[in-house]
Amino acid sequence: MANPQDKKNGAGGGFVYLPLIAGWLVPGAGHFLLRKWGRGTLLALSILGMFGIGIAMQGKVYAGAHDILDMLGLAGDLGNGLLYVVSRAAGWGADQVTITTGDYGTRFIVVAGLLNVIAAVDAHNLRTGRKV
Amino acid sequence: MFHPSHFTAVLLFALFASVVFGITQRETPRRMIRYGLYCFVLFVGAAIVLSWVMFLIAR
Repeated sequence: MANPQDKKNGAGGGFVYLPLIAGWLVPGAGHFLLRKWGRGTLLALSILGMFGIGIAMQGKVYAGAHDILDMLGLAGDLGNGLLYVVSRAAGWGADQVTITTGDYGTRFIVVAGLLNVIAAVDAHNLRTGRKV
Repeated sequence: MFHPSHFTAVLLFALFASVVFGITQRETPRRMIRYGLYCFVLFVGAAIVLSWVMFLIAR
């Protein structure tokens, strides 16, 4: 039986993990699928803004993991979903951090990924009715 | 290329993180705004306080 909250969210049927996966791949997409236009737009602007500023600050996009800190950084970067794939394909960011703002930029990119994961989980919670 | 000052970087970080925290951690718009502002003030306030602490330790 469909959850009334699911109907309210406009996602009564279909794959329950779709907002989670869509939200991870594209910032805000999970909320857009649930017709939460305002929340989705603000989340997308925040995450895209943080990622874009990190790239503009010549932050490093992790390509591999050589030690534990690199592994954590890579995990954070992967949270950006398709943004990470696009940035790697386009060669955005710096290979080596040579300036102070580059170090900040690296953190911005990692945190953008972590925030995107939080937003995707929020979309999943909305889809399952755990949150309104 | 974008080279903000340290404080500008703190403000930008706090702004974006607070928006996401506010939306994801609270349920009603009013509470989202209040929690977002709370997080923003804590982010910026903590950065200022820790900066002063490090400045005084380094003297």
